[in-house]
Amino acid sequence: MTHISTETDHMISNIGRELKVRIESGQLNNPAMIGIHTGGTWVAQRIHQHLEIETPLGELNISFYRDDFSRKGMQPQVSPSRLPFKVDDRHIILVDDVLYTGRTIRAALNEIFDYGRPATITLVVLAMRDGRELPIQADIVGGHFELESHQQIKLQGPNPLSLRIMDV
Amino acid sequence: MSTRDDIPLFASSPTNIQFDNKGRLRHFLSIEGLKKKVLCDILDTAESFSSVPQQSIKKVPLLRGKTIVNLFFENSTRTRTTFELAAKRLSADVINLNITTSATSKGESLLDTLHNLEAMHSDMFIVRHAQSGAAHFIAQHVSPNISVINAGDGQHAHPTQALLDMFTIRRHKGEFGALKVAIVGDILHSRVARSQIQALTTLGTNEVRIIAPKTLIPAHAETLGIHIYHDLKEGLRGVDVVIMLRLQYERMQGALFPSEHEYFHLFGLTEEKLSVAKTDAIVMHPGPINRGVEMDSAVADGVRSVILEQVTHGISVRMAVMSMAMQQGENE
Repeated sequence: MTHISTETDHMISNIGRELKVRIESGQLNNPAMIGIHTGGTWVAQRIHQHLEIETPLGELNISFYRDDFSRKGMQPQVSPSRLPFKVDDRHIILVDDVLYTGRTIRAALNEIFDYGRPATITLVVLAMRDGRELPIQADIVGGHFELESHQQIKLQGPNPLSLRIMDV
Repeated sequence: MSTRDDIPLFASSPTNIQFDNKGRLRHFLSIEGLKKKVLCDILDTAESFSSVPQQSIKKVPLLRGKTIVNLFFENSTRTRTTFELAAKRLSADVINLNITTSATSKGESLLDTLHNLEAMHSDMFIVRHAQSGAAHFIAQHVSPNISVINAGDGQHAHPTQALLDMFTIRRHKGEFGALKVAIVGDILHSRVARSQIQALTTLGTNEVRIIAPKTLIPAHAETLGIHIYHDLKEGLRGVDVVIMLRLQYERMQGALFPSEHEYFHLFGLTEEKLSVAKTDAIVMHPGPINRGVEMDSAVADGVRSVILEQVTHGISVRMAVMSMAMQQGENE
């Protein structure tokens, strides 16, 4: 198992800097941030605090939008989605920990659109690895990883946040 | 072919039939035989569903393409409507079968009706029936891909009502271990009370009390591990939760109490009688309420009443039960 925890904070800082440029340039005017439960929310909390975004952080639990429900069922958990703002016409920053197949993001996009019609959605991920199964790419990426098919990258947290690569 | 008269009066133990061979919920017929973890899993999942009504599109796609049949052999407004709404919020297609105008009233047997609905590729039956054990009987006779949910059978069980009550109590009071809960009224005819007592006991409630005249308490009630009171004020002293029940005239045979007026005088909940409960006690009722019989309007509409919240929570809890019973999947 490889730990790359020392780089995690650095990667989050880089994401923050890049987002700040987009916000200050007016490209993302008055944005609202949403983290995907649970790892995405951990990362989003850090960035949200760092950038001092006024709108409270939203959280999505995409369990009910997954495409593998009938095969895997669901894990009971107390985590309703909470979007404490109107989505309509907002610039949304969607944050997840790892972008792999793209299926989680597909589910998250569908759920967001059930809340309203955002102006734009910017996808931010801490780690992006190969293995995409859908035409989905992130806009801002903390780090790129090329992994073997038997390897998995996972974010552990919330304190401290550390990315780990492990064999499955 | 069997007829409705073949339905057994009492359900046999539904312990095994409620789960598939992998231990996942397949039918939801009774609280009896369900472990604490199963009940908590349903309540937790219901909690996750509680945010769906805040979406501008109040739906999740979980049961898209599934067909759910509301099979109500007995009248219902709240239960049928909230089951229908729950199914629709899960994106399922719902058919409400009005039994009084259906083929059953033209002489078709219950099993023939079921087999016809199966032939239409239904995935789930929500069943209410005046006979105890009806949902269990149907669950035993449906094909393996169909789930059956009990929406009330005779005097036996009403498990989703009990769970939405547990959900409401948990929202207000947290853990059950420290709670004293009183159930007041027509315990004898109440499937709701039976399911509530089983759920409260399974969840580890500190003390469960039933308060009723002797004529409205079932024989051997003391074997349920509960405390029995015949005086309302005595029974309400120090409780955290008061659950009022409706007098079920439709199931009563003979005179079980002198008059509604006297019943209200002795067992009707008023602000004055409620004053002996804890100051933050909540008041619940599964509905429909008979104002001035079980409870005073001032209590039903008062600050401690959570009766309308129960209705709202019924949707989340039924979404949880339906989606969990449907997750036995295509990989079988």
